[in-house]
Amino acid sequence: MGENQPGYREWTMSDSTRTDYLDLDTKDETFLDATELVLNMGPQHPSTHGVLRVILKLDGEKVLGTECVIGYLHRGVEKIGENRTYAMFNPYVDRMDYVASVSNGLGYCEAVEKLLNVEAPPRAQYIRVILTELCRIASHQVWLGTHALDIGALTPLFYCFRDREEILKIFEKYCGARLTTHAFRIGGCIYEAYDGFEQDCQKFCDAFLPKLDEYEELLTTNRIWVRRTKGVGILNPEDCIALGVTGPVLRAAGVKWDLRRAQPYEAYKDFDFEIPTGLNGDTYDRYLVRIEEMRQSVRIIRQAVEGLPQGPIMAKVPKVIKPPVGEIYHSIEAPKGELGYFIVSDGSTQPYRVRVRPPSFVNLQALDKMVRGLLVADVVAVIGTLDIVLGEVDR
Amino acid sequence: MFDAITKYLSSATTPGEAGSIFWATIYILIITAGISLSVIAMNWLERKILAHMQIRLGPMRVGPHGLLQPFADALKLLIKEDIIPAEADKLVFWSAPVVVTMTAFTTFLVVPFGRTHAVTDMNIGILFMLGVSSLGVLGIIMAGWSSNSHYPLMGSLRSSAQMVSYEIAMGLAIICAVLMTSLQTGTGTLSMIGIVEAQASQHTWFIFKFFPLGFLAFGVFAIAMVAETNRAPFDLPEAESELVAGFHTEYSGFRWSLFFLAEYAAMLAVSSIAVTLWLGGWMRPFPNWLSGSIWNLAFSLFPALTLFVLAGLCLLGTARMPKIPQMKIQTVGLGIFGLLLGFIGLVLIIPGVRERVQDIYWFVVKVAFFMYMYIWYRGTFPRYRFDQLMKVGWKVLLPTGLAVLIATALWGLLPQISSAIVGVLP
Repeated sequence: MGENQPGYREWTMSDSTRTDYLDLDTKDETFLDATELVLNMGPQHPSTHGVLRVILKLDGEKVLGTECVIGYLHRGVEKIGENRTYAMFNPYVDRMDYVASVSNGLGYCEAVEKLLNVEAPPRAQYIRVILTELCRIASHQVWLGTHALDIGALTPLFYCFRDREEILKIFEKYCGARLTTHAFRIGGCIYEAYDGFEQDCQKFCDAFLPKLDEYEELLTTNRIWVRRTKGVGILNPEDCIALGVTGPVLRAAGVKWDLRRAQPYEAYKDFDFEIPTGLNGDTYDRYLVRIEEMRQSVRIIRQAVEGLPQGPIMAKVPKVIKPPVGEIYHSIEAPKGELGYFIVSDGSTQPYRVRVRPPSFVNLQALDKMVRGLLVADVVAVIGTLDIVLGEVDR
Repeated sequence: MFDAITKYLSSATTPGEAGSIFWATIYILIITAGISLSVIAMNWLERKILAHMQIRLGPMRVGPHGLLQPFADALKLLIKEDIIPAEADKLVFWSAPVVVTMTAFTTFLVVPFGRTHAVTDMNIGILFMLGVSSLGVLGIIMAGWSSNSHYPLMGSLRSSAQMVSYEIAMGLAIICAVLMTSLQTGTGTLSMIGIVEAQASQHTWFIFKFFPLGFLAFGVFAIAMVAETNRAPFDLPEAESELVAGFHTEYSGFRWSLFFLAEYAAMLAVSSIAVTLWLGGWMRPFPNWLSGSIWNLAFSLFPALTLFVLAGLCLLGTARMPKIPQMKIQTVGLGIFGLLLGFIGLVLIIPGVRERVQDIYWFVVKVAFFMYMYIWYRGTFPRYRFDQLMKVGWKVLLPTGLAVLIATALWGLLPQISSAIVGVLP
């Protein structure tokens, strides 16, 4: 972009502190005609889940409007993709949604495989499903812990992280990394399931279900928790679809849309699982949906471990990956919603363009709609319930 | 000199009653030091207990089991740079923590740790406590306003609204207890010592009086006191996930530690009110069932026994410490701490001492129960939202308090009413 480009404006220091994103001139109706208060929440704030900056226009405690300012964690992941080979870009995608890095890798690998027109062998697919579902549980645990912490319950966070540790140990045993795993390769998996992988997964599943009940005991019927979440941040199905919201947020509104069922990828068509949906689309329903999703993930892991086929784990993929000219959009159901990769290939070893459709980024759009008219305390509850990861929002 | 001391100590008056400025000063110094020490102990206990509730260990590095952590923190806070924001109103900013701390400590003037263990016995004791402790909200408003920043302002506004609302329910619950004191003598008392003595002469703690009325009034008080001290689940003024740190966001170093001190002192103060009003103050448990000189002796040995158990735990810990050179200082320190506790326990077994100390012991044990409850709440409950907090205060606690008050009054008048009816009947 050059200086004579329309809309171009030199970035100045005052941009980082400006508050004119909000329509401050039009006077909203306030209680007792009080002056509106503009409050900067973030980027350094304990409960904006990273470096999200929300500018709140307040009437006392009531929210009149919000404006999200993002980009504080922008690393240009998509641009990096244009300067790396297909295989080299694979670890970068782990850094977007670092809470669910396995899912990110899966989406990317599958998109490239689709471009190459290869398919991972069944054993690789099963291993992928197991790890991705473990990752979904881990991601939901981080969400539950931080969401509860935002609402003031300190203890579930530690319980969640204790149990998440077991999942990370499985990841570590499988591929050596705990957080940014780089577990999959284009065409399958590079690591064979280690000795005792199945037993570890089974052991985790057996131990995890009672612990999930433990979380629920602390929260589900807790009067304060129910009051803080029921009827807060309601998003009806029409709004969800209009805003492009996906994942548990959409399902909590009552739309039974899960890409694992709607457009089965990998081995998901082999497994028997329910898609939990909510009724009201409020924060409490989203909480219940995610809790139930963890149970369903355990179900999928059990089936996959029992039915883990023998065979190769890598499809026949050339050493130098050179997909034919063309473009592909492939999306998977990440823990936070639809994670899509749009890759344009010009026939060279490097993608011409990689575009990511991150669920957090799209879901974050709904924030303003959800919090208008609520109180300040609800804003943090709603940010928590949207389950955003700023690494993915900003990329 | 020695005679004067022993003569005073054997008399059954508070320094206030005796009009002795010297003894009053000594008592005030002891209480101030004691409160500060309890705050330090509370700090360590809260971190340890909360940690164990949350499957962590809590502080473990500074001293054996982190016993010296609060001291290290206090030292750190004292030598930190003292920052006053450029846009702050300096005088108000400077005086806010002083106001908060002063009010929190002043309430302890009338807290009776025993029949004679109070600085003074004011005939309006409970009113004095309520009045002074509600001044604390002034300091909080000052802190929030003078910081000239949005988060502290919102925190202090929330805090003032909350404290004002919950004080009413609290006052209604207190009136129930004051009404109960008037049952036998016909004249009630507001004196803290008088209230405990009324419980002694009626042979019951007021929590069990007119069951379930006393219990309900106690419940209203127990909820209101958590809200009054801005603790979880009513900790909205300092809700860290919403308002960063609430009214003391802009404070640092020593000034911040004054707020911390005041918060815990206020918790101790309201717990003391609860103990005095409902749980029989300094009186030992089961005075009616387990009476007699043998039981008296057994209960008077409790303070020493408690310290012996603590000393035993410390020495057990010393024996279990890893025998490596790096842990030598910690091991020796824990051993000395255990021996010190054991020595204090031995002192408390001396006949003259143990009778005088057991009043304080039972009072402290009852207050400690409330402090544990505070920590437990914090580990269990999510936080209320502001409007819900107000709803609980005005729509639940206030009507309940009023109903209990009226019911208590009617129940207390029952003998007169029935005799009046009998008199009217032919």
